[in-house]
Amino acid sequence: MMKDVTCRVIGQTPLTAGYWALDMEAPGLAEAAQPGQFVHVRVPGLEPIALRRPFSIFGTEGTTLKLLYKTVGRGTSQMNRLVPGDPVQVIGPLGNGFPLEPRGEPLLVAGGYGVAPLAFLAGRLPTKGVVLIGGRSADDVLAVTAFERLGWTVRVATEDGSLGETGLVTVPLDRELARLHEAGATPELFSCGPDGLLRAVGERAIQAGCRGWLSLDKHMVCGVGACLACVQRLRREDGTEWIGRVCRDGPVFEAREIVW
Amino acid sequence: MRVDLGGIRMKNPVTVASGTFGYGAEYAKLVDVTRLGAITVKGIRLQPWPGNPLPRHVEVPGGMVNAIGLQGPGVEGFARDYMPFLRTTGVPVIVNIWGTSEEEYAEVARRLSEVEGVSGLELNISCPNVKEGGNAFGTDPRAVASLVAAVRRATRLPLMPKLAPNVPDIKLFVRAAQEAGADALALINTLPAMVIDIETRRPVLANKVGGLSGPAIHPVAVKLVWEAAQVARVPLLAMGGIVGPEEAIEFLIAGASAVAVGTANFIDPTTSLRVLEGIEAYLRRHGMNAVAALTGSLL
Repeated sequence: MMKDVTCRVIGQTPLTAGYWALDMEAPGLAEAAQPGQFVHVRVPGLEPIALRRPFSIFGTEGTTLKLLYKTVGRGTSQMNRLVPGDPVQVIGPLGNGFPLEPRGEPLLVAGGYGVAPLAFLAGRLPTKGVVLIGGRSADDVLAVTAFERLGWTVRVATEDGSLGETGLVTVPLDRELARLHEAGATPELFSCGPDGLLRAVGERAIQAGCRGWLSLDKHMVCGVGACLACVQRLRREDGTEWIGRVCRDGPVFEAREIVW
Repeated sequence: MRVDLGGIRMKNPVTVASGTFGYGAEYAKLVDVTRLGAITVKGIRLQPWPGNPLPRHVEVPGGMVNAIGLQGPGVEGFARDYMPFLRTTGVPVIVNIWGTSEEEYAEVARRLSEVEGVSGLELNISCPNVKEGGNAFGTDPRAVASLVAAVRRATRLPLMPKLAPNVPDIKLFVRAAQEAGADALALINTLPAMVIDIETRRPVLANKVGGLSGPAIHPVAVKLVWEAAQVARVPLLAMGGIVGPEEAIEFLIAGASAVAVGTANFIDPTTSLRVLEGIEAYLRRHGMNAVAALTGSLL
């Protein structure tokens, strides 16, 4: 159940250039969090009315809440100034996470900081599989060792070829799907990243006749379903369409639900 | 702390602004909504309405600009899906209504009059984000008078038009609305606004323009409430940029009988309750025994 908690900063760890992991003491919130859920952070030091910022949960450890962020704007730059002991107002856990009992071989597809909820998921899924991480360059490829330590096989693709194979992450994805198909296995896709990637992953899930769980990254305002800023056109099983709220009805949807 | 807002009996003068609190249930786990003076819900028209494409909002210094576009479930959907929870709160429910014709506004009012638990109607004649309806009615005093009269004939519920801030003389609209049968007036709605992405040279909002809310508009709202109070014979519900008790108290001094917390709900969902406690403390500190003693007390 969601709460508005005053968290305490434990520390920040630099990852690659521009990317950081922020650890906070979040009793009552961290223990309840599920992979794919997010938190809504009131960044201290911004003016009183600055909107909260949503972040996928990167992981939890007891009462510790871990977030992954990239310094891209005013909010995340200010977050970067947080030091141990600083109080941070956090609402969470919010939204619906990934299902934790896959019917097929789990195949995780991350784009950039979309790796955050998948790293959390990798530690909670009962079976291990392959993680595909894509990014513009090597700096956008995160958490590789974290996945490997959990027993996952990691494959990397970067657009500029600075790490792993050159090109989009959908290239190794297609190869993995073909391999599983030949082996007679049914995959189950889990993905988080930019809309273009999610759409590509969703199309492949539908083609392969397997389930594809996509975590949407939308700008949000309230985070609880009240303001209707982060809506998405969706399709019910009977084919009728409706407009859902990514924060409340998602952020994770099955590929067939989304009307792009 | 009791306030009678034109027939809407509030146990205290604090409600939430339409569109910033969903239908109450969304925030119920974070805020004790039963402590509010009233719950004002998101705008409803006759049929479900999809609203605008995304992006629907952008943050700006001192607030945000939104163009949600009045997405909503329609009257039947609202009554079926949202009223059951609202009835359990025991708090007056103010429904914000809109339409694209006088007939639609009147029909929405007529249907809501039959829904148990609806305490009053806020007539949205000032939304900057829908092409027809909304602002088309709100910026012409004759159109306001005609619309209010039409809705008045359709319902006995307390009727509270929400006035547009972007008019040359707010007093004309106050007079037009109250003479046509309004029981209270709400002001202000968001200010029409626009933000451009200089790299793409395109408007940031898909709707191109939207409504500015947040602390940036508070002094504008205070001035309009003060002017409206000079000619108003009905109670005023004031809103625009409240982030704490101070802004709310300013509104009361300027002439408002009650206040609504809007954009601040998104940042601190308990703002409305902090405002309530702050008003109580202020009244005690100044030896006032009722909100009415503060209303219009500007020297």
